[in-house]
Amino acid sequence: MSASGSTASGSGPSPAPGSGSPGRGGPGIDRGAVLLVTLGVGLALLASRWLMAQVPRWLPPQASTAAPLVDDLFALEVGIGCFLLLGCTAVIAWTLLFDRADKYDRDDGEPIEGNLKLEITWTVIPLVVVLLLAAQAIRVNGQLASLGGKVRVAGAAEALRLVGVDGVAGFPGPTSVQSSHSSQSSQPSAAQASRASRSMSSTGPSPGVGDPAAELGPVVVIARQWSWEFVYPDGVRSAELHLPVNRPVRFRLVSLDVLHAMSIPAFRLRQDVVPGSVIDYRLTPSREGRYRLRDSLFSGAYFASNQTDVVVESAEAFERWRQAARRSPLAPSPNAATELWSQRQERGNRGWATVPPAPPPLVNVPLDPEAAHEG
Amino acid sequence: MTTTPIPFDPRTLRAPHPVPGAPDNWRRFFTFNTDAKVIGIQYIALALLFLLVGGLLAMIMRGELITPPADLVDPSVYNGLYTMHGTVMLFLFLFPILNGFNNLLIPPMIGAPDMAFPRLNALAFWMFPVFGVVLMASFLVPGGPASSGWWAYPPLSTQNPLGLLINGQFLWILAVAISGVSSILGAVNFCTTIIRMRAPGMGWFRMPIFCWTALAAQTIQLAGLPVLTAGAVMLLFDLSFGTSFFQPEGGGDPMLYQHFFWFYSHPAVYVMVLPVFGFFSEIFPVYARKPLFGYHVVAIASFGIVFLSLIVWVHHMFTSGTPQWMRHVFMVTTMLIAVPTGIKVFAWLATLWRGKLWLTTAMLFAMGGVFNFIFAGITGIMLATVPVDVHVGNTYFVVGHFHTVIFSTITFGVYAAIYHWFAKFTGRMLYEGLGKVHFVLTFVGAQLNFLPMHWAGLMGMPRRVASYDPEFALANVLASLGAFLLGVAMIPFLLNLVSSWVRGARAPANPWQAIGLEWLLPSPPPAENFEHDVPTVISGPYGYGLGHPLVADQERYEARLKEG
Repeated sequence: MSASGSTASGSGPSPAPGSGSPGRGGPGIDRGAVLLVTLGVGLALLASRWLMAQVPRWLPPQASTAAPLVDDLFALEVGIGCFLLLGCTAVIAWTLLFDRADKYDRDDGEPIEGNLKLEITWTVIPLVVVLLLAAQAIRVNGQLASLGGKVRVAGAAEALRLVGVDGVAGFPGPTSVQSSHSSQSSQPSAAQASRASRSMSSTGPSPGVGDPAAELGPVVVIARQWSWEFVYPDGVRSAELHLPVNRPVRFRLVSLDVLHAMSIPAFRLRQDVVPGSVIDYRLTPSREGRYRLRDSLFSGAYFASNQTDVVVESAEAFERWRQAARRSPLAPSPNAATELWSQRQERGNRGWATVPPAPPPLVNVPLDPEAAHEG
Repeated sequence: MTTTPIPFDPRTLRAPHPVPGAPDNWRRFFTFNTDAKVIGIQYIALALLFLLVGGLLAMIMRGELITPPADLVDPSVYNGLYTMHGTVMLFLFLFPILNGFNNLLIPPMIGAPDMAFPRLNALAFWMFPVFGVVLMASFLVPGGPASSGWWAYPPLSTQNPLGLLINGQFLWILAVAISGVSSILGAVNFCTTIIRMRAPGMGWFRMPIFCWTALAAQTIQLAGLPVLTAGAVMLLFDLSFGTSFFQPEGGGDPMLYQHFFWFYSHPAVYVMVLPVFGFFSEIFPVYARKPLFGYHVVAIASFGIVFLSLIVWVHHMFTSGTPQWMRHVFMVTTMLIAVPTGIKVFAWLATLWRGKLWLTTAMLFAMGGVFNFIFAGITGIMLATVPVDVHVGNTYFVVGHFHTVIFSTITFGVYAAIYHWFAKFTGRMLYEGLGKVHFVLTFVGAQLNFLPMHWAGLMGMPRRVASYDPEFALANVLASLGAFLLGVAMIPFLLNLVSSWVRGARAPANPWQAIGLEWLLPSPPPAENFEHDVPTVISGPYGYGLGHPLVADQERYEARLKEG
């Protein structure tokens, strides 16, 4: 933009196209140069436009309502960036082609020390561009509105009490854990109420799950070294995240040990799971399919294996899955980290130090390691 | 010299240099020498050794990542390797090598005999081998080296699986803390030297841009490093002595560490890139035979970057549960950095424009570095926008972005500086032919290594993984091939350095017909540069084609060089 265009016309004499070297014409605007720059800008615009159209090919499918918003913003930045890069590259290429000194030419170039108008231009234009981009990003961010509140807690036991989940592997019963200094331990009502809701009869729809028009949730996401567990409001526990399509869902994110991040590339969404905090998060899946959910904040030895799937399905399929899950008994979910750890033990525990994997979650629906995912 | 007051303390002229005898006494490089030029070469040589260590670690990592499963090394070993790769490259290669250039370039460029505090300078240097050894020793302790990433986020970094007092993480924190102290000592020295010891007549706006950027970078060190060092000490106490600054069970908060860490560690990138902007600003005028375009604005923009760099750190924490308003504030400040950096980039391009380019190796690395930096700046803006960062943050997109900054810009700039100033400080010419082979291999290798990473990240490949899903395989094969090519590129480079220093052609005082005080000294310069005969600067730097002298009595200085 300002790089190729204004440098050519702004620094006085302009190159004569086709002469093979920068022209040394008199002052004023050279018509040939104007034509050349206009042509270059036009080509750069076309190239940027073309590159913007390629953006979807670099990205996973758009499977949440956030994805199109994020992708459009990204494509806009790709377009602006491509135009800028082409402009600067054109200047560099031009100087490489036409401004090289001859082999024994030790003379100096034209002593141009600056140009106030040009310097103001290339300060103001980027300033305006980044402020407009920031405004657009703030607008998009407002539409996403995925991050809810955050409650500080003193450790994992208290976090589990706050979200009302008990019987988590490695964290037996809510009342038997050590009584912390916080006020939460003296108020078991939330946990009890939640347990009560989960023990309701298996017929009628449970609050937070059954009504297909209402928001689903809160689904408690429990991250640990190195597996995922999802606890639905009706008590179903799963190692895979099943969600009905086009229905908003609310999560409460809990970590049992270190920092993790729940990242779903097909949703274009990611949120850290922070020990000592319970974080609320919302999203709306918009496309049926099976997508990867990965831990994307480094969490130790088997971090790379800490991934599972999100299954987005129709409301009916989700309901069938839920009913089937309620009938399945709780069982430990096999996961890659446990398997790799036992292989390591067989090899004589060689390797560098690591904590062992946390006990696998007890779930109604285990992870299906064979299923193919789309993105 | 006249008796007019000069802006430096003449007592520093008598600072003891215990091992004299440059250039033939090589033993001086292994002593507590207080000569800034000796210290500079000590820094650079040791840093290049650690570049080889860090590069070797990187190639083992790329060997592991060339196939999807973790089959070359155990995942726990991979984690240690990547942690140490990042730590070595930042704390044992880039910071020290740039401090080496500060030592070599600042005193001659401003006409000072040495640094303001020569003994402090030597002390700061000798802490470098100490923390280098501490960090390398962590490979040997039970349990292996630190493996929680160079961020060392608690509570992961404080898990201490073996329960030993001396463990890899302990040594890592210790090394980072010593490195911090060393850098603070260095920063005090560099700032004082630049502020107090400039030659007569060298006002702020007659100072070479490298000195501007060095001063800007060292200001960040003074402002930010105490924060990181304090965070490291707290982390050490959490790890080893049972405190809970960052442990939720004891009422602490892991978020606090992230603030301590990034308050320094984002500006740290500017500590590294600002001197490289200085290199570019020095090198383009020489080989384009033109004055630096917009000198004043380029100089001031350095401090614009310093100011902004101190108020952007939360962009590393957009998904840490940071409230929306705070995300927006830090997004805007981060994006504003594009303005002063853009000013510099456009000024360099305008400096090239209608010049008479000499495509030396130094010039090629500088032009290649600026090209890569423009690309990295564009992806940087993408990462600054919150919604895009939410998708690509913590993926290989980030790895690609910052390697394009750290390697393809900063290390390119360092290479350019080596090719440009090697002759001045060793008295020998590097071979241009080998240099150009080095450039071509490095440029191709860097693109092949780092471009596919952006693509892998857009598809969702997280950073720091030892294994990955098969859909990322192609991008990783390309990246690994690029990494191995970068390994090959080191061969002509090292060959060139060693053979040129031993038996290269003798360098004249000013092989590039460059303008600057350092080029009015013999190659290599004597221990105290201009000694008592400090020139009086009468015009700004980069007077190419303007036909006016840089210093009073310039003919006398030039004639003396010919006699020597």
